[in-house]
Amino acid sequence: MSDPLQQFQEKIRSAAANKAPLRIRGSGSKDFYGVKLEGDVLDTRGYSGIVDYEPTELVFTARAGTPLREVEAALAEKGQMLPFEPPHFGPDATFGGCIASGFSGPRRAYHGAVRDFVLGVRSLNAAGEDLQFGGQVMKNVAGYDVSRLLTGSFGTLGLILEVSVKVLPIPDDERTLRLEMNETAAIETMNRCAGQPLPLSATCFTDNSLYIRLSGAASAVSAARKQLGGETIDGKTFWQSVREQTHPFFSNPGTLWRLSMKSTAAPLTLGPTLIEWNGSLRWISGEGDLENRQAVASKAGGYATLFRAQTRPKAIQYLSPAMMALQKKIKQALDPEGLFGPHRLHAEF
Amino acid sequence: MGKPEHFPSETIKPVISKAELVRRVSAVLPAESLLYDEEELKPYECDGLSAYRKLPLAVALPETEDQIRAVLKICHEGRVPVVFRGAGTGLSGGALPYEHGLLLGLSKLKRILEIDPVARMARVQPGVRNAAISEAAAQYGLYYAPDPSSQIACSIGGNVAENSGGVHCLKYGLTVNNIMKVRFVTIDGELLEIGGDGLDAPGYDLLALITGSEGLLGVVTEITVKLLPSPVKAQVVLAAFDDVGKAGQAVADIIAARIIPAGLEMMDKKATGAVEQFIGAGYPLDAEAILLCESDGSEEEVESEIARITEVLKAAGATQIRVSQNEAERLKLWAGRKSAFPAVGRILPDYFCLDGTIPRKQLANVLKRIGEMQDTFNLQCANVFHAGDGNLHPLVMFDANDDDQLHRAEQYGAAILELCVEVGGTITGEHGVGIEKINQMCVQFRTPELNTFHSIKHAFDEHGLLNPGKAVPTLQRCAEFGAMHVHRGEEKFPDLPRF
Repeated sequence: MSDPLQQFQEKIRSAAANKAPLRIRGSGSKDFYGVKLEGDVLDTRGYSGIVDYEPTELVFTARAGTPLREVEAALAEKGQMLPFEPPHFGPDATFGGCIASGFSGPRRAYHGAVRDFVLGVRSLNAAGEDLQFGGQVMKNVAGYDVSRLLTGSFGTLGLILEVSVKVLPIPDDERTLRLEMNETAAIETMNRCAGQPLPLSATCFTDNSLYIRLSGAASAVSAARKQLGGETIDGKTFWQSVREQTHPFFSNPGTLWRLSMKSTAAPLTLGPTLIEWNGSLRWISGEGDLENRQAVASKAGGYATLFRAQTRPKAIQYLSPAMMALQKKIKQALDPEGLFGPHRLHAEF
Repeated sequence: MGKPEHFPSETIKPVISKAELVRRVSAVLPAESLLYDEEELKPYECDGLSAYRKLPLAVALPETEDQIRAVLKICHEGRVPVVFRGAGTGLSGGALPYEHGLLLGLSKLKRILEIDPVARMARVQPGVRNAAISEAAAQYGLYYAPDPSSQIACSIGGNVAENSGGVHCLKYGLTVNNIMKVRFVTIDGELLEIGGDGLDAPGYDLLALITGSEGLLGVVTEITVKLLPSPVKAQVVLAAFDDVGKAGQAVADIIAARIIPAGLEMMDKKATGAVEQFIGAGYPLDAEAILLCESDGSEEEVESEIARITEVLKAAGATQIRVSQNEAERLKLWAGRKSAFPAVGRILPDYFCLDGTIPRKQLANVLKRIGEMQDTFNLQCANVFHAGDGNLHPLVMFDANDDDQLHRAEQYGAAILELCVEVGGTITGEHGVGIEKINQMCVQFRTPELNTFHSIKHAFDEHGLLNPGKAVPTLQRCAEFGAMHVHRGEEKFPDLPRF
């Protein structure tokens, strides 16, 4: 039997010859997301393993099929972490799926998103050609930033084989505070704190409580705790439940909406709400239609996503006609025959 | 004047005459915003890479987004190539005019439109100087983090086009990590908003794609940048080493101690020697290498981090350690680093500033090999290094009046960039490819990757009108120039700090 890479290439070439689309998939932990799941599954899990990791370089490289938990364990062993705190949404989530989904967790507003830490991607295109963009160095402006274009593309532009990311040290100290207040006061407080040199690493509002996580040097965390007040709680469990959407808020039946917008936007009054990222990420649960949610988000400089639903939606995001046209051109540029994940992100392509 | 082979090999000729272009553009721009007499065009013949000069057909200096759209529509219809220009401080020739094209300068769009201190963002026009954003935000205790060395002169629009970095990017990121939204005009005059006021946007990440695209995909007419709270305190540690390898190891030790310094710079003996003669920053002259390591944050953070940094540097064998005791001393220590380029320029009249990035662990090896090559090419090379993120700026010194020296310096530079690629690095960390490194792109990328770039280009600009011949070489060019040619990186702004 040939090696996994050759198998991928053969699979892609034969799919291209037969005009039979492929669905690139790791463990399927993010299968819930998107408009349609079309095509024969190309399972990335056979292509697994850490390729290169030198903690003092702050650069970590692994194959797409590597379980995300193994990646995080290898980093933790050396006192480092993925700074974007990605949600797994399943026990067997893969590193490739983490990059392809582009989902970032609670730390995102303070350290950056998946795309901010991606340094290089090795991938296969629709002709099965082996491509390398970016690399294992922190600064690289040679050529267009295709690595970041593939990040968050849900396997619709090519097969991610290997990814290099910048990693960061795990903070020395981490404490979580809970302060009781209403939504308006919480949004105001999150934004005020973010404008000060405080060691913030996560904020969340739910159930009339504002949760603030502080990370960094013990002295700085302790000084910030005194300044902010509130009750110190067990942060690990709480942030894990927000990150993985196991917090009771997310067990509300019905549709889960993700609204990304200006952090200072007033409370939306669209239903039960959980807020993250200083106010720039609002999770809303309950029925509604995309057009209406988009109108609300758009007024606040953002956009809405139908994140989870009981049945496959017709659309998860709205794009302006000009933006849709350009996105379609990008798709055609990288995957001219529409081989990879057709209609996963948009009904249009 | 540069060698002809460094100019675009592609020839794109407009379907309209210069006179017709001037007539059409005159109809949409105020008279003072369109230049077409040779004398008026002269100041625009080059950017910061002044070895290469060309006159465009005309220079348009629009004042509004609507004017930009109208001009681009005219160029699109008349198949007139367009090169964009910000402040013209770029070091890779990205704004070198195209002789059959229009140069479109953004310098008149220089208003800060809005600062929202609560949401921590600023909305600015592309011609706003980088430093002006932080100056305007300072009253709110906020600043814009990326700080390219030319920040007093370079414009934010140019920063987006080049994905500019700076001394603080290990901790705070590059331009791509610090912008939220742009208004973007494509060659056909279509206006798009890319990004948003939130932290992400739907669809493929076009904000990342256009950042650093060197004016090949379109032009930004408005940029919303992220502002950060200004650190309460900053302190810098100077450490001297009797061996370059030890200094490189000290950098790794700092990272291994789980410290991410705000800045981490290295200079070799040649560079410190030049600097001391030039401004007297107080660097030890007997050291083979020095490190400057900065900590910023709250009083508590800085105090504890500086203590840890000092401990690590001692253990790594530093022969001398000095911690800045006040802001004046901190600035003096940085002034030396920031004057390294002009200081080297005083030793010999010309130098190339190279811009490779390497995995940090390769530092000692790469510096050793660069040192050995001094004999091979019979030229001197000083090295300054953004050590934290592996971005190396070797300065190859020569006298351009001596053709043989120029030729050897070109070969030396090419050999250094080849070495960067060989050890797993890249030909450009922050200065961009432009026209300067167009041939080295053929070394870094193979045909399938270049084809991907061309497909992306085609998606935005099917007639190839934007900045032709820059940043991404054609396959034909790579075939023609299989061998590497590096050439002088003469600077147009010797007074601007470059580091």
